[in-house]
Amino acid sequence: MSAGAPVLDITDFSVVYRTPGADVRAVNQVNLALHTGEVVGLAGESGSGKSTLAYAVCRLLRAPALITGGSVTYRGRRVAGPTDVLQLDTRELRQLRWREIAIVFQSAMNALNPVLNVRDQITDAIHAHLRMPRRAAADKAASLLDLVGIPRTRLRSYPHELSGGMRQRVMIAMALAADPEIIIMDEPTTALDVVVQRDILAQIVELKESLDFTILFITHDLSLLLELADRIAVMYAGQLMEVGTAAELHHEPAHPYSRGLLNSFPSLHGARRDLAGIPGTPPDLRHPPEGCPFVPRCGYSTDACRTVDMHLERVASSPDPEHVTACPFVLPRTPAPERLSAQAEQEFRA
Amino acid sequence: MTAAPPIIAEPPALPAPDVKPARLGQWRRLPLKAKSGAILLGVFVLAGIIGPQVSPYDPAYQNPAPSLALHPPDAAHLLGTTQSGQDVLSQLLVGIRLTLELALIVGLVATVLSVIVGVTAAFLGGFWDELLSLASNVFLVIPQLPLLILLLGYLPQKGQAATIVVLSVLGWPWGARVIRAQTLAIRGRDFVAAARETGESTWRILVVEIVPNEISLIAASFVNTVLYAIGASVALAFIGLADLSSWSLGTMLYWAQSQQALQLGAWWWFIPPGLAVALMGTALVLLNTGIDELGNPRLRDANHAVRVAGRRQRPADPTPVLYAGTAPRGQRTRLGRFAASFSRSSLLDEGRRP
Repeated sequence: MSAGAPVLDITDFSVVYRTPGADVRAVNQVNLALHTGEVVGLAGESGSGKSTLAYAVCRLLRAPALITGGSVTYRGRRVAGPTDVLQLDTRELRQLRWREIAIVFQSAMNALNPVLNVRDQITDAIHAHLRMPRRAAADKAASLLDLVGIPRTRLRSYPHELSGGMRQRVMIAMALAADPEIIIMDEPTTALDVVVQRDILAQIVELKESLDFTILFITHDLSLLLELADRIAVMYAGQLMEVGTAAELHHEPAHPYSRGLLNSFPSLHGARRDLAGIPGTPPDLRHPPEGCPFVPRCGYSTDACRTVDMHLERVASSPDPEHVTACPFVLPRTPAPERLSAQAEQEFRA
Repeated sequence: MTAAPPIIAEPPALPAPDVKPARLGQWRRLPLKAKSGAILLGVFVLAGIIGPQVSPYDPAYQNPAPSLALHPPDAAHLLGTTQSGQDVLSQLLVGIRLTLELALIVGLVATVLSVIVGVTAAFLGGFWDELLSLASNVFLVIPQLPLLILLLGYLPQKGQAATIVVLSVLGWPWGARVIRAQTLAIRGRDFVAAARETGESTWRILVVEIVPNEISLIAASFVNTVLYAIGASVALAFIGLADLSSWSLGTMLYWAQSQQALQLGAWWWFIPPGLAVALMGTALVLLNTGIDELGNPRLRDANHAVRVAGRRQRPADPTPVLYAGTAPRGQRTRLGRFAASFSRSSLLDEGRRP
């Protein structure tokens, strides 16, 4: 993608939730790098750990969440030298958050304070991170609204007076307030209808081009990522299953889980085909299985899968060294299995 | 249309979590505070139930033997005797029952009143809300103790029943306000709208949908009211506004005070009833904070996290990082955590701020 060291480098990152019974291993040994100006998509089904990963990287999760290993290195243009996010104290984190890494939260209705109007919320964010006179901050709030395409007359509106799409745009405007290097977007368009979704995504891409920031885009909508993202990381049961460019994932998915995801939504172009879901449910992360966590749901699975050492390795047939998969057995050209997974077969018979 | 793809609907049953056998396991998982409060209160309830049967003497019997007036504790009279030769232990055992009985009845009546008023006001809204809120506000601002003294002073008969009625009538408004506020919050939630949409009757919505959501609040309100009733009834009896021929912790203190137990150095006369009142109060406070923790699992989770991360965690703290090899800092002992959990902020914050 781009030369040089990544702006955010996540290595061997693990997060657990401490519960009285056992640790829930929400994120397990994840390696992911964000390069400047890139849109990295993080895809996975509910409970796969994608939001946990993103929030833990910003140290936003509260105990009983606990980071049990790995490192997160941030290299910003405004910051001298690489910073280990996991070593920062509360004060340093305050400087990092929003100024360097901003977040667009999932539910705009809940993330906006219902008793403050739009201008106050945006200027709050500005005052918290930049030294700026009141008037200048108000001007900046207005220009931020211009950026995201909301008329300035809305500055005095309260969140409940805005439509869902507008609220989400306000959230994006707030994320842009301190001119961050990285914006984490946690399913920003999930609650919106497709037309508004389309608008907002176009806007995000446009803003990214003009303001030059890096995006980590979290969603369960792989088809959306195929259009939007430069690179896509597919997450399952707290681990990365495959990382590759959008094109590679679209045309040459290596991991059976990526294939399953791709087969579970219709494509606009190309021949009509039957949709196939992925049978079964994700494993219990309190007691993750040995080997590959996807085994019970995988049509390709063999006995070797139960003992395989899970780590990302380059896809042998791919020219791109950054196209990596956690499955050493299945290649992009491996024919689809005749049978469903063992579990699915059982359910069929029952 | 192509044939519908197979839909694999039913997810496989999750493996049953390994839980300890129900009853004992649940008791073990209760917060330590709730446990100690329940045990302490249990001792008093037991004393209240079997006390009059096991009391060694008739508490009112005045032993005429002059050697037995104001006799310090010995084998025959475990807690000594009063000025007029009455057995203090017997008075205590009988007195606990009367005080506890009064407090529990007041607690029950006042709590039921506050639930009815609070839930009705919030759910009906409009005129009824105005009326009931006005009533509870009026009761709230009345200075309680002077009114109690006045009422009981002028009532023709100052027995247990009169005290119960007066305390119940004055004890409900605070709970009613809290429960009204909570009901207002719950009333707007979607599941209430859904219940109405499915055609549930107003009563069913109130009793099945709304009140169970407030159960920890109601329990806490009950425990608080019992506490208030113990304090108020003892205070009233202490100044003589009770049936002085019956034995309660309050009347014991009244007699001890009026016959100069303190000046005569007869500690065994006033300390047992005083200590009993204090311990009952302690038990109820423990139970109350315990209920709070039970109803708000985040308090428990936070407590748990304190231990495993080896460091105190506040709600605003960043995600803790566990470094292999570094010793946990600031670890509390079990007792230290227990003591810290009483700090005022632990009741106000979602998490714990020891």
